[in-house]
This record gives sequence, structure tokens and C-alpha cells, in this order.
Amino acid sequence: MGNRFSTSPGSHRPEAQSQAGRAPDAFGPERAHATTSTTLTALDRRSLLRGLAGAGLGLVIGVQLPRRAAAQSGAATAMSGGAGEAVGTFAPNAFIRIAPDSTVTVLIKHIEFGQGPYTGLATLVAEELDADWEQMRAEAAPADTELYKNLAFGVQGTGGSTAMANSYEQMRKAGATARAMLVAAASAAWGVPAAEIAIESGSITHKGTGKAAKFGEFADAASRLEPPENVTLKDPKAFRLIGTDLPKLDTSAKTTGAAMFTIDVDKPGMLTVLIAHPPAFGATVKAVDDKAALAVPGVVAVKTLPQGVAVYAEKFWAAKTARDVLDIAWDTSKAETRSTSEILTLYTEAAAKPGRIVKQRGAELGAANDGSKTIEAEYVFPYLAHAPMEPLDCVIEADADGCQVMAGSQMQTIDQAAIAQVLGLRPETVSITTMLAGGSFGRRATPNADIAVEAAHAAKAFASKRPLKLLWTREDDIRGGRYRPAYVHRLKGRIDAAGNIVGWQQTIVGQSIMEGTPFASMMKDGIDPTMIEGAEDLPYVIPNFQVDVHKLDVGIPVLWWRSVGHSVTGFSTETFIDELLALAGKDAVEGRLAMLGENTRHAGVLREVARMADWGGKVPEGRARGVAVHKSFNSYVAQIAEVSVGKDSAGKEKAPRVHKVWCAVDCGIAVNPNIVRAQMEGGIGYGLGAALYNAITLSGGKVQQGNFDTYRSLRINEMPDVEVSIIKSGEAPTGVGEPGVPPIAPAVANAWAKLTGTRVRKLPFVDIPA
Amino acid sequence: MQLDFDVNGKKHSLDIDPQTPLLWVIRDELRLTGTKFGCGIAQCGACTVMIDGQPTRSCVTPAAAVQGVKIETIEAIDSPEARAVKAAWVAIDVPQCGYCQSGQIISAIALLSENRAPTDDDIDGAMAGNICRCATYVRIRQAIKDAAAMLKE
Repeated sequence: MGNRFSTSPGSHRPEAQSQAGRAPDAFGPERAHATTSTTLTALDRRSLLRGLAGAGLGLVIGVQLPRRAAAQSGAATAMSGGAGEAVGTFAPNAFIRIAPDSTVTVLIKHIEFGQGPYTGLATLVAEELDADWEQMRAEAAPADTELYKNLAFGVQGTGGSTAMANSYEQMRKAGATARAMLVAAASAAWGVPAAEIAIESGSITHKGTGKAAKFGEFADAASRLEPPENVTLKDPKAFRLIGTDLPKLDTSAKTTGAAMFTIDVDKPGMLTVLIAHPPAFGATVKAVDDKAALAVPGVVAVKTLPQGVAVYAEKFWAAKTARDVLDIAWDTSKAETRSTSEILTLYTEAAAKPGRIVKQRGAELGAANDGSKTIEAEYVFPYLAHAPMEPLDCVIEADADGCQVMAGSQMQTIDQAAIAQVLGLRPETVSITTMLAGGSFGRRATPNADIAVEAAHAAKAFASKRPLKLLWTREDDIRGGRYRPAYVHRLKGRIDAAGNIVGWQQTIVGQSIMEGTPFASMMKDGIDPTMIEGAEDLPYVIPNFQVDVHKLDVGIPVLWWRSVGHSVTGFSTETFIDELLALAGKDAVEGRLAMLGENTRHAGVLREVARMADWGGKVPEGRARGVAVHKSFNSYVAQIAEVSVGKDSAGKEKAPRVHKVWCAVDCGIAVNPNIVRAQMEGGIGYGLGAALYNAITLSGGKVQQGNFDTYRSLRINEMPDVEVSIIKSGEAPTGVGEPGVPPIAPAVANAWAKLTGTRVRKLPFVDIPA
Repeated sequence: MQLDFDVNGKKHSLDIDPQTPLLWVIRDELRLTGTKFGCGIAQCGACTVMIDGQPTRSCVTPAAAVQGVKIETIEAIDSPEARAVKAAWVAIDVPQCGYCQSGQIISAIALLSENRAPTDDDIDGAMAGNICRCATYVRIRQAIKDAAAMLKE
């Protein structure tokens, strides 16, 4: 199998995004909401809100698909110019190109960093098109908000595990439209009724006449037809590709070294840029002595930027060597110089009092009676870095007329606007080629477009047309901020004499991710939903219930981290409910099921995981099992972890050793079950590594970790066996990139409590002084 | 300083700082980009290449230290073990983001070249130096076993 996807480096020219030939009505009602404003605060409120409510998922699908002006005008190469598009290519809409050689290229509006949109979205198109999987290709769509916005956000971007959910109807419609046009072209050419023409596995056939053709033979003819206004989508019962383990389109290139990431881009005359960042968040450059740096062979320039001091060099090693010998005086007068221990002390003090109430029913905890028991627990969660394997990077080439960017952009609309603002350009003159990215886990989706803005400033300060490749080292990544926020949660719970959980009160203390960003429009009554998600919607029926929140202002930049607020609330709620059930003498699975009320999908995954693990059956000596269930991003995941007490090299008992994890997931229709399983496996490993080992701590404002020696990653010898079961469902697909993460840490902690008698209140398991 | 490199069977003579890590010789000078930068301190294994048949972290190996040796990278590595590993990787879709996979594959080839019937412990021992942040470890373990089975046939 050859390379079945491309990012077509350099092929998305700015002029491709001009308005020429684009009829306003071609975009349907969605057009009114499109935004490519130069100000970052102007993102459309209604669109963002639509995304929030997970609303999301009752999605407004545009009646009409965005069409490609270029294809209609015959200027077939205007948009993607390069490789794929030969004369006679059929491009019925902005998402599909069918070439004369019958290859079908799907333009993927979501960044691929392992979660599988290249394969998943191409599957949706192939299904409705009745294509053969072998003829399918995927290519990154260019940055163009109107054509490629995430229907859950209203802007072009990937996050919240929405790629499949928001594309499910849109991509199928794109495929069905193309199919109808191929059929119409064949009908005209063969002189037979369209209704008598069949398509199967990429073959167009007419039984009566015995005629048969491949897509490519009608690509040119189909491209001259008007797309139908309405198409009928398949009944899911007729799916042939959706629901099967189709091989991933990007696997081959990722096993030969051929896959191209941003760090691999080479352009004639390109320089590598490294930036010396401040030693504390909010510090600025006071003075620079760059003599030694400029003396390093291969160094071209040193410039001071708002973000720090940039070294421009011919190659990485020269840039790195020079950066190491920069002598910089920093102004820390406005910097955040507190230690994490001081910050967490403030959080703990705040948590002692109820905060602003976000959800309340019944009376506080309910009445305390004879035989009732009340318990209270305080949980402490650390800041976490994302640490994707490919450190942040961005290739930029700018002049007065426009700018070409190649990067693992996760929020193209925001990056485009931010770069334009720095360089004084119109956003539509900033082209972005979205590259494969070596992981993200949320890090590449920054509301302030941090890496893109840094690259734009580097280009502006250098004022040369030479292309620049901005690279972060691992230390830049670990110390560069935008962490999963630290939190303190205080929970109180009460059981009555009969052992029923009658009261629940949760106080949440932390930082807002959204405040002060374009995403602030998703906040409701001043409350950042990422602080309370997974807590305010606790699935258990408890008559007296309250969740309240304290938002504190801290100068440590924070960001969504795989599963966002759920990475915190999943732990506190699922360990505390486990503790209350244990106190009541109830089984952890039966006890939960009894309280799930109408939450049948939670119950479904919980029953399934209990079945898989033979919950209640014999557990090997020295081991214990813990369970947790959590809904996030409209997907439901339950996990059971089998755990023993691990020993360190000196034979001393230490962190949990996780042997096996059973996982049941309900994500609606599983478009590619193999990718769903892979995302559960990966989510478990990612969540487990963080829970066992990770904390970002600051001392005097300085981040104390710097690389994988001090910020440990889970390794293969620490990875449990994982068994995944997918609940069969006819519901529309929901996300799988994040929902595998929240249940693993509480499942392990619940097993740990059984093993050792100790409830885990502070993460990570391995103690790291704050 | 003029240094000579034998990479993927081709000889190169370059005038460079002898302290330059081999990783950056391979990536920036020879433009072979399948070998990745992940940490720079031999913690993650994304930069793993084969030097005289031994898996080596190129990010901490100075250019001056690899004179007169044969260097193989992901782009060209070929042997019965290499073919089996790559086929096994593709068959069960091991990669997610894919960034660490060149290093993973080189380490797996090195393991199978020494040990055609690795146990779980052997696999853990040989692969623990390669971090995968996507945590594709379950499949890496399986693919190595599958490759071992293919080599037996």
C-alpha cells in the first residue's frame, strides 16, 4: 500500500481562498455565522454556544454543502493546485475530489494527530459513495472557515472530541451528492434511467445493458452537472464500510518514516528559530547580551520578541548552541512568582467555604439522623503538561502581501486571525497547511494561538522573506505553560441509616481556561463550564445535591488537556461515590447501578464492563479491582482496573502496578471500531501515566520539571493489558479521543483503596512536593 | 571539522561541529526526517537509529563518535526482521500520531534480530526506552509477537 494521504505542502495558496466566483447562496444559512475576524474576541457567540451545550450534538447541519467555486468555473487547480488534481477531476463539493484515475480524495477539515479523522471521515464519504476502500485518499483541508468550520464550534478547529460527531451527516451528504452526480453522468452517457444504475465497491454498473465503469470515467462528465439539492442518506442497516475495521489511511507512511510533520518541512533558504523564553510566566526581557550567540557559526540573527529572545540560525544545532550562551536579564516585576505550594494553600483555604452555587437540589446534604453518616474529603490535583511527542513548531513564510504557514494547527480560524493581526494582513491572505501533528492532547488548540503568534512575531522581527521554522525543545514544552489547571475539590457526602446516599456537596476551586479568551462566550453566568463539567451533571440520583465553585486568578497559563475538566471531576466524583458505597457496605457496581436512574447508557457500559471482568469473581492473590464510569463529550465509558502494589528497584512498596484494564464504551455508532479501541487503549495509557507520575510544580515562579526525566511518561513496562468492548448502538457517533481518559485514574484509586485501605486524595500517586 | 558518515549505505563528507548530535546530522544535513527529535537527552527513543546493528539514541551521540561505523535509519533499514516488523505494524494499525514510531520500529527490529522468540519481559526490557505519548504500547507488544510469529514461518 502506498502513501494514501498527503498534506500537499505549499499547494494551498492564498489566492485559492479569494472570493472569486463564490456565490453567497452556495453556503446556505450557515454563512451568516462565519467568522474570520482579525480580532480574537469576535468569534461568533451563537456558534460557540451551539458547540458548548454538547448541543453540539444535535447539530445544525447546513442544508447545502459548501461548493468549491473553482470546480464550477473550470479553474480546477485553484484550490489545491498540486498533486491530486488533474484535468477532468470531479469536485462536487469542498470535501471530495474524484480524479480520472478513480482515486477519491477526501479533504479532511480536522487535524490528524492519531485520533483517526483521516480514516474516519474518509469512511463516511466512501460509505455513501459506495466506493472501494482501496481507492480512498485523505488530504488536509486548507484553512477556510466558511468551507471547513467545525459545525459544533462555528470556527475551523478540532477539539472536544467533536470531529466525528460534527462530520457524520456532512461527510455522508458529501459522498451521497457525489454518488448521485456520477449516477446522473452514467445515466446520460448510457441512455438508461438513473434508477437502474447501481454502484458497488467503486464500480458503476447497469444490469440491463451490461455496461460498467469506474468513477474516473465519469469524473469529467459529472463535474459539468449541477449538484442535486437533496440527497437521501443510507439507512444505517445498509452500511457496508461504517462499522468495520477498515485499515487506517496513514499507517503505511507512519511505519516507513515517510509521514511528514511540521518539524520535517524543508524549504529553500529556511532558517531554524529557537526562542529563549522567560524564567517565570509574565516576565519580560530587560536586556540582552548576544555577542557570544552571534559568534556561533551558522547563527544569522538574534532578535527580541514579546515572547523572549529569538535566535535565527541555518540549522537546529547552531540555534541551540547559540541560545544556550545568550545572556539575558529578565524583568520579573509583573511575573507570577508564587510557588505551587502557596497557590494550593490558597485553594485549600477557599475550599473550606462553599463557593458560587452552580447546581442545587434538595437541602444541604439532607437531614442528619440517627444512624446517618457524613464523610468529607479534600482532593488535590496538580498542573499537568501535555507533552506531545512532537514539540510545538511552526513554519512561516511572510511578506507584505501574505503569509504561508505550515503547522499542526488545531484551531485554524484562530491561528489565521492571530497571525494576520501580528503581521497586519487580512486573514484570508494567511494560508495554513495543516500538517500531521505528533500528538497534541489539547496543546495545539490555544485560544491565544501561542505558537502561531510567536512564529508571526519571529517573522515580523526578522523582516526577511526567508522561511522560518520555529521549534520548541522538550524543555520549552514542559516549562512553556498552558497546563491542565491545578484544582482543589472538597466533597461532603451523607448516607442514611439504611445506607442510601442522601447528600452530596462538592466545592471546586481552580482557574478558568476560557476567561479572557475568545471562548469566554461559552461561559454561562460567568462560570467556566470546564471547571464543573462532570461534577454538576453527576449521573447518580441523590436527593440533596450541590456543586459550587471558586474561581481564583493565578498567572500560570492554563489550557484544555485531554478530557479537560473531566480529567479532574471524573476522579473526585468516582472515588468519592466509591467511598460512600463502601461505607454503606454496598457493592461498587451494584451500588452505582441502583443510583443511575434514567441514565441507561451509563448503566449499559457499567454492566458490560462488569460482565467482561467477571466482577465479583475470583481475583488473583495480591491484587484488587476498582471500577469507575464517566460520561464525557457525550460518550460513556466504564473501566475496571486490576491492580497490585508495585515495588521499586530497592523492593520498597510504592505506586500501583496496573495489570489489566477492561473497558466498555458507548459512543453511538462506532464508525471504525478498531480506531475506537485504539483510542480507549491510548486514553487509558495517557490518563494512567499522568495519574501515577505527573505534576508540574513551580518554585518562586520557576517550573521545576523540564524533560521526560523529571516529567515521566508511562512506558511499555507500565502499560496494562487492555480489553475493550463497544456497545452496539444506533445512536449518532460521538467522540472517542478523550472519553477513555477520565475513568482510569479513579478505577485504579478505587482498587488501591481495597488493596491498602488508603483512599487517594492527591494526584499523582507518586509524591511530588508542590 | 571534516567528518565522514556512512548512512544507509551512502558515504557523506561534511564540514561540521564535531559535537553536533548525529540526530541533527541526519535530519538537518542529510535531510532524512524519519528519525525524530523528542527530548534531546536520550529519554524518549524517538531518535533511535541502528549503528553497526545496535539501536542507538542519535540525539546524544556526537558526530565525532560515529566515524567508521554503519548507520541505518528508518528510511532504508531492511532485513527479514525489518520486513516482519513493518508488516506486523501495518497489519494491526499500531501508530496513532506516528511521531515516535520510527524509533519504536528500530528498537523492535533490534530486539528480534537478537531474540526471535521474545517474552513479554524481553519486550518490556527492549522497548522501555521508547516513549509513546499516545500509549500505543498494547499494540506494539502485539505487533512484536506477530512479527516473531511471521519470522518463524
